[in-house]
Amino acid sequence: MAETTDILVEEPILEVRNLQTSFFTEKFEVKAVDGVNFAVPKGKTLGIVGESGSGKSITSLSILRLIKNPGKIKGGEIIFKGENLLDKTESQMRQIRGNEISMIFQEPMTSLNPVYTVGQQISEAFIIHQNMSKKEAMLRSVEMLELVGIPSPKQRVKQYPHELSGGMRQRVMIAMALACDPELLIADEPTTALDVTIQAQILELMEELQDRLGMSTIMITHDLGVVAETCDYVAVMYMGKVVEYATVKDLFKNPKHPYTVGLLNSLPRHDIDLGEEDLTVIQGSVPAPDQIPEGCRFAPRCPFASDICQERLPHLEQSEDGNQIRCWIYTDEWDGDPEVNVNGKRTS
Amino acid sequence: MAKELLKVKDLKQYFPIKGGMLGRTVNHVKAVDGVSFNVYEGETVSVVGESGCGKSTTGRAILRLDEPTSGEVEFDGEDLLALSKKKMRKKRKDLQVIFQDPYASINPRQTVRQILEEALDIQNVVPKAERGKKIAELMETVGLGAHQADRFPHEFSGGQRQRIGIARALSVDPKLIIADEAVSALDVSIQAQVINLMKKLQREFSLTYLFIAHDLGVVRHISDRVIVMYLGKIVEIGDTNSIFDNPQHPYTKALLSAIPVPDPEPEHKKERVILQGDVPSPIDPPTGCRFHTRCPFATDKCKVDVPELRSEDYMKEEHMAACHYQKEIEAGTHTAKY
Amino acid sequence: MFTFIVRRIIQTIPVLIGVTILTFSMMHLIPGDPAQIMAGESASPDQIELMRDRLGLNDPLPVQYFDYIRGVVTGDLGNSIRSGRAVSNEVFLRLRPTIELAVYSTILSVFIGLIAGVFAAVRRGGLADSFVMIVALFGLSLPNFWLGLMLIQYLAIGIDIFGINTGWFAASGWGTWQQQVLPVLTLGTAGAAIIARMTRSSMLEVIDQDYIRTARAKGVKERVVIYRHALKNAMIPVVTVVGLQFGTLLGGAVLTESVFAINGLGRLMVDSIRARDFPIVQGGVLIFALLFVFVNIIVDVLYKFLNKRIDLN
Ligand SMILES: Nc1ncnc2c1ncn2[C@@H]1O[C@H](COP(=O)(O)OP(=O)(O)OP(=O)(O)O)[C@@H](O)[C@H]1O
Ligand SMILES: Nc1ncnc2c1ncn2[C@@H]1O[C@H](COP(=O)(O)OP(=O)(O)O)[C@@H](O)[C@H]1O
Ligand code: SF4
Ligand code: SF4
Ligand SMILES: [Mg+2]
Ligand SMILES: [Mg+2]
Repeated sequence: MAETTDILVEEPILEVRNLQTSFFTEKFEVKAVDGVNFAVPKGKTLGIVGESGSGKSITSLSILRLIKNPGKIKGGEIIFKGENLLDKTESQMRQIRGNEISMIFQEPMTSLNPVYTVGQQISEAFIIHQNMSKKEAMLRSVEMLELVGIPSPKQRVKQYPHELSGGMRQRVMIAMALACDPELLIADEPTTALDVTIQAQILELMEELQDRLGMSTIMITHDLGVVAETCDYVAVMYMGKVVEYATVKDLFKNPKHPYTVGLLNSLPRHDIDLGEEDLTVIQGSVPAPDQIPEGCRFAPRCPFASDICQERLPHLEQSEDGNQIRCWIYTDEWDGDPEVNVNGKRTS
Repeated sequence: MAKELLKVKDLKQYFPIKGGMLGRTVNHVKAVDGVSFNVYEGETVSVVGESGCGKSTTGRAILRLDEPTSGEVEFDGEDLLALSKKKMRKKRKDLQVIFQDPYASINPRQTVRQILEEALDIQNVVPKAERGKKIAELMETVGLGAHQADRFPHEFSGGQRQRIGIARALSVDPKLIIADEAVSALDVSIQAQVINLMKKLQREFSLTYLFIAHDLGVVRHISDRVIVMYLGKIVEIGDTNSIFDNPQHPYTKALLSAIPVPDPEPEHKKERVILQGDVPSPIDPPTGCRFHTRCPFATDKCKVDVPELRSEDYMKEEHMAACHYQKEIEAGTHTAKY
Repeated sequence: MFTFIVRRIIQTIPVLIGVTILTFSMMHLIPGDPAQIMAGESASPDQIELMRDRLGLNDPLPVQYFDYIRGVVTGDLGNSIRSGRAVSNEVFLRLRPTIELAVYSTILSVFIGLIAGVFAAVRRGGLADSFVMIVALFGLSLPNFWLGLMLIQYLAIGIDIFGINTGWFAASGWGTWQQQVLPVLTLGTAGAAIIARMTRSSMLEVIDQDYIRTARAKGVKERVVIYRHALKNAMIPVVTVVGLQFGTLLGGAVLTESVFAINGLGRLMVDSIRARDFPIVQGGVLIFALLFVFVNIIVDVLYKFLNKRIDLN
């Protein structure tokens, strides 16, 4: 059985196929991204969820080819609008970065350069990609700040990042990312560092801008709530691999992979009263990078793991509905309990 | 009714701001500005609110890690603020603290055994000969296994380090544990393990928790009662289900409605209140009700009069909120401007 | 900004008082009787007494100090024992070559140090990086006078290579550029090495910052990322080092001036120490200290200017 690489989505703007990115440390190779597949449908939002260290950020940095030493993209394809980004020259990549594909980062506090005004930093995108004069670019920057809902933008462009709150800075980052009307926006945990009330503002803003500008988005997060509210499709990552890819509805209504189920169950919710009941947990923790299990990466923590799981890595398989799953249970080769009900324990 | 273990009354913590030509105190950060609440023995009280609202400062002031500006803190019948520094140090045996980043609060060059030994040493509750056994016990209790005692903190994962922090806090048999964002840095799957552990320990050792957090899902699950803070003041306090199912203060409502729900098609789609603007600075907090700059229900009265915490007849006992219009909003006679 | 500068100047007042107390007490810290020493070994008791009177040594200490301060403020630093001329005159006459030497050396070391540091940082871990750092280590450990002598040997006296004599520069004096090159090189080398190391480590730190990644994600050219986005931030700690370095430089000037026979303040001081001309030494130290304080005010202002995160008020 072959690894699935084509993904059944209509009109993907971006397709990532078998992407592998590793860091070569002194002792061993850290396979941060280990054969990742997903597609982003045009105009839609793909969520990537997973725990810390599962390879979400490295995946997104790989797409823009911003991986630094000792990291290296080892293989795979990143097809953007029909062309493989891994075949492009560095200067062709520069034309794409910040212009056709933009990125917003997790830490608004440190992602802006402290010695330049926000206006200067937004202007730079216009100057690089649209050959504007400094003056024109500054005028457009004011418009961008207005677009992202910053009050008195004329004054704000002249301010330095440290003079703005976290939420404001993230708005500035969004303004900068959207300056050149990108077709794809990668947002790496854009609201993780923010308070919920500010997160709500930013998510609303992003949704509104997506509607208005019609771009596609990759929303990286570890917050399943954010996924449910903002995404159309979701890829769940575990240890550098996608273990489940599904539409948001399917993923939350009918999660299939034992890891996805475990994640959803271990999440305490503010809108559900569990009473004295304990949370259902996933046992153990993510193995160290030098102790990667041979078979299914999740086997040491999986309550359903059977013999085949210890020995062989399951493929990412596609079902008729277009969703994908990397687990032996859903294959003909499954050698465990044939009646197994992964989803049985759900509490909500 | 259980006994009151901790009584905090009108606690204030003002941090001076230096400035001017000569570095005089020009103003104050009013981090905590008149906070009163009780914690009963054996319960978990959570303090929630956005960053900078004074949650940690409240915890630190109770422990006298920073000397509070004014107010009263009574613990187990004793006035903590009246104790000498030395007596307070002894008292800390009964009030332990767990921080968000366990790595920052433990010595990276000590093994877990040494860390626990040191904690036992300071308070001197367990005879020397029995310490080895106690440590093994502690390690098992927090689910680390006694065999891991001779490893260094960096050899553990984040969740395991948090367990070390818990073991250290537990080592001296405290009465109250103040957990400041103790599970905030952990991944969901690990966070669930630590929460379950904390609940189990509470049952076993009849611990009392003051649980400081900003994740309301975690808070709902772990607490008996909840305190909601905004800009250094309590805006609402009550038992967990009342706060979550029947919030009274417009801020609590907005806060709860802002949390994304991990369900793409919820049964009853809630209405989201998106607050405008940022939290104002605690240096010059707004007059009257501190929430009036962002409150969709604010009137001119709110700009002037400070609302007091109070209960209404339809509210559960001990559920209090501090809004001039809480009753009218509930009845639907006072409506939002947007 | 203005209040900051004013405040910064006010803050130097205690430093200045400290400096004057120090220079004042120099007189009293010399072992033995200062009057005896200054009058010379063969002086008669009368002459010594006269000297003591002239120096005001018979007054109580506080009075002596305030007399001294009054002198400093009005520019009267006493008279040279050797020449009898006013110390202020003697010192100011010699000040120019020293300041020029220090300023040129600073410019040289900043220029070379920055380029080498950035170069090494960008090639972190590579051969070029190691090479630059080894050279910097050498530059740091070479004694000033030895470097000066070597430079004189090879570039002033010169040697013949393929019929070309390398004696391009002058070995002594101060005025023409041929005279200035070698002393500036001698004095600037250590500074360049320190600044190169500092710049390198500061750059390495900055290059790993999130905002550098942001710039790259915007499509900024790597060269622009380094010089526009990284260097300006990396400069912030370097500027402080330059200020501190200036003090070392003044010290080094004393030696360098001796090696290259430059008639500067440093040489004047060496000569005066040898001749026990204490008023001159005292005046020289005071001027050095004032220069140092002054340069550090400039550096602080520059620092605030670069570092936007610091609230000026
Ligand atoms: N410079 C590096 N050197 C070595 N390993 C690295 C480096 N950067 C990342 N990694 C490893 O790559 C893996 C994936 O990292 P990545 O940053 O993509 O995680 P993430 O899913 O974004 O996590 P988070 O939720 O914490 O942001 C981790 O195991 C991490 O330790
Ligand atoms: N030592 C301190 N000096 C000055 N301001 C402080 C100090 N500690 C906290 N603050 C300020 O007090 C306010 C409350 O802080 P904190 O209690 O840490 O908030 P949180 O609710 O996020 O725990 C914040 O505005 C913070 O900046
Ligand atoms: S393949 Fe096996 S171990 Fe892996 S998730 Fe499926 S059942 Fe669990
Ligand atoms: S008192 Fe006024 S401003 Fe404050 S919460 Fe109530 S309605 Fe809003
Ligand atoms: Mg990440
Ligand atoms: Mg805090």
